[in-house]
Amino acid sequence: MTSEIILQAIITGLMMGLIYALIAAGLSLIFGLMDIVNFAHGEHLMLSMFSSFWLWSLFGLDPIFSIPITILLMAFCGIITHYFLIRYILKAKMLIQICATFGLSIFIRSIAQLLWTPDFRNVDKPLLEGRLEIGSVFIGQPQLIASLVCLIAFIGLYLFVTKTETGLALQATAQDRHAAEILGIPSNKMFAIGWAIGLGCVGVAGGMMANYFFIFTDVGINFALFAFVAVALGGFGSIIGCLYAGIIIGLVESLGGLLIDPSFKLLYVFVIYLLVVIYRPQGLFGRY
Amino acid sequence: MDNRLLIAKSEPLWNTNNRVIFLVGSLITLLFALPLFGLNSFYLHLFIMIFMHAVMAQSWNVIAGFSGQISLGHGAFFGIGAYATSFFYIQFGTSPWISMPIGILVSGIFAILIGIPMLRLSGHYFAIATLLIGISFQVVFQRWDLVGAASGLWVPMTSEDSWLALQFHKSKVPYYYIFLIFFLITFFIVWLLSRSKLGYRLRAVRDDPQAALSLCINVSNYKIIAYVISAMIMAPMGSLFAQYILIIDPDRVFNIEISIIVLLITVLGGIGNVWGPIIGAAILIPISEYSRIYLGGTGGAVDLILYGLILMIICIFRPDGLISFVPKDILERKKQR
Repeated sequence: MTSEIILQAIITGLMMGLIYALIAAGLSLIFGLMDIVNFAHGEHLMLSMFSSFWLWSLFGLDPIFSIPITILLMAFCGIITHYFLIRYILKAKMLIQICATFGLSIFIRSIAQLLWTPDFRNVDKPLLEGRLEIGSVFIGQPQLIASLVCLIAFIGLYLFVTKTETGLALQATAQDRHAAEILGIPSNKMFAIGWAIGLGCVGVAGGMMANYFFIFTDVGINFALFAFVAVALGGFGSIIGCLYAGIIIGLVESLGGLLIDPSFKLLYVFVIYLLVVIYRPQGLFGRY
Repeated sequence: MDNRLLIAKSEPLWNTNNRVIFLVGSLITLLFALPLFGLNSFYLHLFIMIFMHAVMAQSWNVIAGFSGQISLGHGAFFGIGAYATSFFYIQFGTSPWISMPIGILVSGIFAILIGIPMLRLSGHYFAIATLLIGISFQVVFQRWDLVGAASGLWVPMTSEDSWLALQFHKSKVPYYYIFLIFFLITFFIVWLLSRSKLGYRLRAVRDDPQAALSLCINVSNYKIIAYVISAMIMAPMGSLFAQYILIIDPDRVFNIEISIIVLLITVLGGIGNVWGPIIGAAILIPISEYSRIYLGGTGGAVDLILYGLILMIICIFRPDGLISFVPKDILERKKQR
């Protein structure tokens, strides 16, 4: 084992980690806002990859150019989810909330399976192809661009939440729904915005991943699991924590796969999750 | 919180509503007499599946309904039970009657091992951890060569029907009675549990952990007890299922669909209620089997679409499940003087 291979694994992990971070940020935003974990997050990722795929296969639109459309579609999907499901279960017990979003995940996945069959698909000859060679390290071009776009989207999200008026209103609602309402911030609207932004993040990640990842109906499960872990690791509700947590998970995944055995990737991440939630339940960068 | 908690006494057995005794008694008689009417094997299969899923859902009900911890990876214990009997039968020719208790024991031990670190977590953390546990079990068994890795285990068929090897090829009636008896035993145990001191304490832990703690109830110990009981109820169903279909593989017995369906049945019927899982299973299993006959078969997961839809509708409109349609005084215990 040479240092080049390890360097390669670190870079691969870093690039994957940035994507996990953005997916987790969407989850974390929704959780911080209304204390609901979106168990259908992986399925939303799958939907965004499929939207990118169908735009390519029906209209010949390259995944890079269809990103804005995918984001809009996903944001719309988030508003629909909020309007038809989430607003009814806001006051329900946590158990019911978990069951409801879990039900949504089963529903979306099996509808997709019915409509599009469980076949594996991929985008043929996208604009982004090939790889860069730096020294002895190979970097896939689509992966690199995807992780950079995710990083930019992440920074954009962070600036939006911390700097703009709507973002501050979101934070206020997250901290105290009723106090925010007294100050004239409509919490229902904020929740809808939160869902739109949260799933918009997933739209970016899914749209960029459609360039190089296989697209199939079960694709979301692993990403959603890693996103859950990232959210717990970064501290539930903390957005900047997701960035570090996503990168940690990406590194653990690729280095663990390299040094021990790639088929047990999930287990390494799981061990990290258990260690963190047991010894530091507020997460590594939690605000509590 | 239930004010019976303050006296923390278990409900005596004779303190049961006569109507409930009559209803349950006639139902049991009917179920025992049913195969005598000459049901064909599809209906026998349907009833076997209802019994099996009712027990599995009841197992989930113990951890989620009574102690309030949502486990999304309960299929793991089902798989352990299934693998225990098949593995010992293939390797050593042990009768399932002997290996089934081993499976139960192993499940219980795993529940303790998993429970000690994880039941200190609560709410979402626990749900996510169990989701990971369920998938980890599947991943490990898919790569474990000793138990056949991804291709699974094939139980060798006996040439004749045998009670010792628990295999019946001529008719499904013996399976029907075995599942029925396990179903009745489990429900009796859980019914007793729900009226016992332990049951009241578990519900106290679920409703208000802080208050329970202040009443000297060791919250995490009680959660672990509930988890172990729940795992031990789940395991024999895996064993019986393995003997029923005689071929198991990780994708089938550790499937996330098992964890989904137990959750769905319980939520549909009424979570935290002993009768909920029966109602849920009796409604959902026929729907799923018939939708597979008429709509499925092409790889389209129509029954799963229905599951998801039903789950969301129940969560929105009837969070207490279908049992909440039943007037309360039928199921309530006799009024104390």
